[in-house]
Amino acid sequence: MGFVLSSTILRKFAMALSGLFLMLFLLQHFAINITSVFSETIFNQFSHFMGTNAIVQFVLQPILIFGVIFHFVMGFILDIQNRSARGTRYAVYKGSANASWVSRNMLISGGTVLAFLALHFYDFWVPEMNYKYIEFLPENPDRYYEELVHKFEDLTRVILYVISFVFLALHLSHGFSSAFQSMGFNNKYTPVVKSLGKVYSIGIPAGFAFIAIFHFLNH
Amino acid sequence: MKLTLKIWRQENATAKGSMQTYSLKGVSTDMSFLEMMDVLNEQLMEQGIDPVAFDHDCREGICGSCSMFINGEAHGPDRLVTTCQLHMRKFKDGDTIHIEPFRAKPFPVIKDLVVDRTAFDRIQHAGGFVSVNTSGNTQDANATPIEKADADKAFDAATCIGCGACVASCKNASAMLFVSAKVSQYALLPQGQVEATDRVLNMVKQMDEEGFGNCTNTGACEVECPKGISLENIARMNREYLSANMKG
Repeated sequence: MGFVLSSTILRKFAMALSGLFLMLFLLQHFAINITSVFSETIFNQFSHFMGTNAIVQFVLQPILIFGVIFHFVMGFILDIQNRSARGTRYAVYKGSANASWVSRNMLISGGTVLAFLALHFYDFWVPEMNYKYIEFLPENPDRYYEELVHKFEDLTRVILYVISFVFLALHLSHGFSSAFQSMGFNNKYTPVVKSLGKVYSIGIPAGFAFIAIFHFLNH
Repeated sequence: MKLTLKIWRQENATAKGSMQTYSLKGVSTDMSFLEMMDVLNEQLMEQGIDPVAFDHDCREGICGSCSMFINGEAHGPDRLVTTCQLHMRKFKDGDTIHIEPFRAKPFPVIKDLVVDRTAFDRIQHAGGFVSVNTSGNTQDANATPIEKADADKAFDAATCIGCGACVASCKNASAMLFVSAKVSQYALLPQGQVEATDRVLNMVKQMDEEGFGNCTNTGACEVECPKGISLENIARMNREYLSANMKG
């Protein structure tokens, strides 16, 4: 950790790496969740596998949690350092003249996603941990779909989720291509990376929003 | 044109500064921004007021001295120009213009609009050079063939005048565009390969020690750079740095 924090370039490299890892996880998360729209059985099978597989539970899940915490903690550390590097603030600073709102406000979009994660963990992860590792209830492979649908019966929760997905889209729209730049990737293929970033940053959050709205309307 | 100027006044490095307001009449649209400042200073001296201190030298966009933050942008609202190349035709009669020094902790204000940018010199001293034996046996640089594409990119990077607009514009006060331009201009040439590892490690280390912020890829530096230095250079520096770290 100390080695990573020692240099501006290593810090941004670490942010990029953790960001790409989280984007990969989001893709996997979406791929499983979207099955709930067309098949209760497939969704339950995937969820049962993810919820009971030892590698997923005791290797991948801790890595994921570490990745999430690292990305957010590092984000806040970088922001504190950056504010300090400015020193005296400008009386007039026209940030919109040379950079997008999204790129200048990753802390706002990221902070909103963090708040959403707290709600999301409260909704799904905490009950899941409680079910399996505190109350030690017998595993029921068919419970996952019902648990998911039940959460999206509440309109307020669906609205909160959709708003969060908008901020997630904003965060990803800068984060995707920015991660590649931080890792030293800027060449003739950069326009392709940027286009992929646009597809990913709109497609994945829109897909998650669709799942939430679909189950709300379908219950 | 008649203008209202709000200018940062600070007596010395330790004094507390503030924005002061001045009215200026008779400004021609053909004047450069610095000529307008000259007119203001003449008016101030006639009134017995200390003239506004500002850096300037070549007044043709080469020296990189004229560091002013005008209406919220480094070198003002025009693109690919320094403050001395900015003309008053970019403003309208009756405008209020805010003029501040470049702001960054590593660029402390010396007086009014003059800032100490020797942090850039120290970064340059840390590795922004090639060591050449000048004992009389020096090989002619033209004897080493270099691909046109590489030569062009190296030259583009070398056009950085070290004005500090990248630092001033970046919301994080990051100096990565400047440092990456200096790293790139040698990284692309065979003459720069011998010291490549030490160069990037030492220059980045010095940059960090000076207290510049982290790059978050907003791209503001590239937009405000008077020489159009590309973000591609930052990506190249990142590659060079990561590769140098792996070599140890």
